[in-house]
Amino acid sequence: MSEQHGSWSGFPEPTHHSVSAPHWQAELNWPAGSRTLAYGNGRSYGDVCQNPGGNLTLMRGLSRLRFFDREKGLICAEAGVTLGELLAVTEPAGWFLPVTPGTQFVTLGGAVANDVHGKNHHLRGSFGHHVQSFNLLRSDGRTLACSRESNAEYFRASIGGLGLTGIITDVTVQLMRVPGPAIKTETLRMANLHEFFELNRASSDFEYTVSWIDCTARGKQMGRGFFIRGDHTESPPTPPLKRKSVPLTPPLSLINRLSVQAFNTLYSHKQWRKSVTSVQQRDSFFYPLDGLRHWNRLYGPKGFLQYQCVLPSLVAESACEEMLGHISDNGGGSFLVVLKAFGDIAPEGILSFPRDGITLALDFPFEGKPTLDLLARLDAITRAAHGAVYPAKDARMRGEDFRFYYPDWQQLDALRDPAIGSGFWQRVTGDT
Amino acid sequence: MNIIIVGATSAMAQHTARRYAKAGNRFVLIARNAQKLTAVADDLRARGAECETLTLDINDLDAHAGCVSASIAAAAPDLLLMAHGTLPDQQACEQDTALMMQEFATNGSSSLALLNEYARVFEAKGSGSIVVITSVAGDRGRQSNYVYGAAKAAVSTYLSGLRNRLSKCGVSVIDIRPGFVDTPMTADFSKGALWAKPEQIAAGIEKAVAKKRNIVYLPGFWWAIMLIIRNIPEVIFKRLSL
Ligand SMILES: Cc1cc2nc3c(=O)[nH]c(=O)nc-3n(C[C@H](O)[C@H](O)[C@H](O)COP(=O)(O)OP(=O)(O)OC[C@H]3O[C@@H](n4cnc5c(N)ncnc54)[C@H](O)[C@@H]3O)c2cc1C
Ligand SMILES: NC(=O)c1ccc[n+]([C@@H]2O[C@H](COP(=O)([O-])OP(=O)(O)OC[C@H]3O[C@@H](n4cnc5c(N)ncnc54)[C@H](OP(=O)(O)O)[C@@H]3O)[C@@H](O)[C@H]2O)c1
Repeated sequence: MSEQHGSWSGFPEPTHHSVSAPHWQAELNWPAGSRTLAYGNGRSYGDVCQNPGGNLTLMRGLSRLRFFDREKGLICAEAGVTLGELLAVTEPAGWFLPVTPGTQFVTLGGAVANDVHGKNHHLRGSFGHHVQSFNLLRSDGRTLACSRESNAEYFRASIGGLGLTGIITDVTVQLMRVPGPAIKTETLRMANLHEFFELNRASSDFEYTVSWIDCTARGKQMGRGFFIRGDHTESPPTPPLKRKSVPLTPPLSLINRLSVQAFNTLYSHKQWRKSVTSVQQRDSFFYPLDGLRHWNRLYGPKGFLQYQCVLPSLVAESACEEMLGHISDNGGGSFLVVLKAFGDIAPEGILSFPRDGITLALDFPFEGKPTLDLLARLDAITRAAHGAVYPAKDARMRGEDFRFYYPDWQQLDALRDPAIGSGFWQRVTGDT
Repeated sequence: MNIIIVGATSAMAQHTARRYAKAGNRFVLIARNAQKLTAVADDLRARGAECETLTLDINDLDAHAGCVSASIAAAAPDLLLMAHGTLPDQQACEQDTALMMQEFATNGSSSLALLNEYARVFEAKGSGSIVVITSVAGDRGRQSNYVYGAAKAAVSTYLSGLRNRLSKCGVSVIDIRPGFVDTPMTADFSKGALWAKPEQIAAGIEKAVAKKRNIVYLPGFWWAIMLIIRNIPEVIFKRLSL
């Protein structure tokens, strides 16, 4: 059967794939004559979850739990379960995901394959650091039990391995004990970029830190925004968030210069006081965007691009400044700019993105060449700073840049399953 | 709560079971494939429920009585969910009567045989809910799918009579009629706007049990669609290709 399964940003335009949709482990198979790629929940922005001309193995049908040890906080589940579905089971028992990205709609397999990070990288590292083991199905029929002790090379290659080493069938994760899922937060107003770096240094004991900045601000106000830090707290159980949905894709992007400017101005004036503390429920703290289902449709049929890079600590401040300068000069702006510090923690995977430094994430509506040109200028800054761009968010970086950011890519390529391919890998390695 | 599920490996049954899976609830899961059953039971156990599994091919009528008594040995059931089924190849059935009878048995008569046993169990207990997944296809015979439709209609009619009988003793009998649902049974269909996810059906089943409903179309808009379909005069209906 042929179906369309796109990526989150709608760029590049989704193509039809032949698909297989296993509901049982025994139904996982390898299509004859074409390469396949595991597809989690399509929450990657670009083409790491696309396989043009090939097959997709849809993993959502495999979403059963295997076991949950409530004493040790160890949970094992099939790779197609979403993090939100896991939390629904672990939270009442006092256990939380030690690392969670900004949406609960990602699968366990996707979280491993992109080695996702959360707002606590400075303390906990990335998702892969908490994976105890997983099973990896190879096209030669073997199932490799991978952990730090056994098949360690496949373990390291598959964490952040972009789905290329095989199909991850189930994963065992060590959870984190928390007093409650809600977060006691402190939101601090920052006047400029320099304050971000100061606040960041002063906040390393907080479990979570993240900043939202107004990228339309220039000059002395460049980098104004909010610094948010928080810790888990005891609280009543999370009431389900009332979800709204964008029912269809409007013919034009609703996100344009005007709305971006208005939003950023409003957002940066939402709080006059220097600091506000509050208790936020899990969903509003970790997953604010999940409250609006299909928000990606707001960008219209042409879709959008996200740019997420990491800039090494040593040069982060000047490199960030240069980037923000380019963006505000360009006037296009980005709806939300997220700034956050990664800690100096050795990566678990060969191709893991998180590394010591500051990570910056921006969304741009796709307006053709001007958008690509702007991002190319950002690439030049990232490259000069010896940083890296995040494959999970990418649909356009040049192959030579990728190979520069991830010099060990050939180690992964050597362990790639010959029956697996992806649009991303083809693009950045020139593989055919 | 003690819950028995027949066809426990079906997608709709699994999602329904997850909604009831918590400490204090106990499942007896019945299905024909032991390996799949183990995976389903592990999932529900990880969610805190207690589980026992029994294998049964619904068409093995001689095994029904033993299966029923094993399933109630530890505790009397509060809820029975019947969810097994197949989607017959209608054209193949037209050419092969043995196949047709087999499909009719799986979706119809064998279900009735098992229901007949459980009816006495619930009648003796005098409480609880019997929930059976039939289909909108049972509301009217269509040329594309009438073997399946006839079997589901037989079950729906049986349930209507059973409801009449058991309402006197406080047992609710609930007929769940889903429309198009994206499950392994319909893997080969291309899916359009009318299609629902098994999670939605599961939520609807839980609500129907809580509210002791009788006949429930899921999602609810199928009630209106089937009202129209049922009321098309036969002189017109017979000319349509449905
Ligand atoms: C609103 C939003 C916020 C986000 N916030 C963050 C964030 O804070 N931090 C962060 O790190 N990321 C973030 N992301 C990105 C997201 O976490 C990753 O792209 C994630 O990997 C998506 O998971 P998925 O299950 O949708 O996988 P997909 O996008 O479908 O696939 C991702 C990759 O995983 C592979 N894969 C999936 N399943 C398997 C499997 N079973 N076996 C082998 N390979 C597999 C695929 O082949 C592909 O290479 C965000 C995304 C969105 C939409
Ligand atoms: N999907 C739809 O669009 C739709 C619409 C209306 C009604 N329904 C009804 O909904 C119910 C659930 O189906 P589903 O959609 O969830 O499909 P499903 O996942 O394919 O489940 C069907 C189940 O029936 C079991 N089964 C088949 N033959 C059996 C037999 N002889 N003995 C015992 N078990 C048998 C299968 O067991 P194995 O796993 O061992 O094969 C499977 O678990 C069925 O009654 C179906 O008729 C479905």
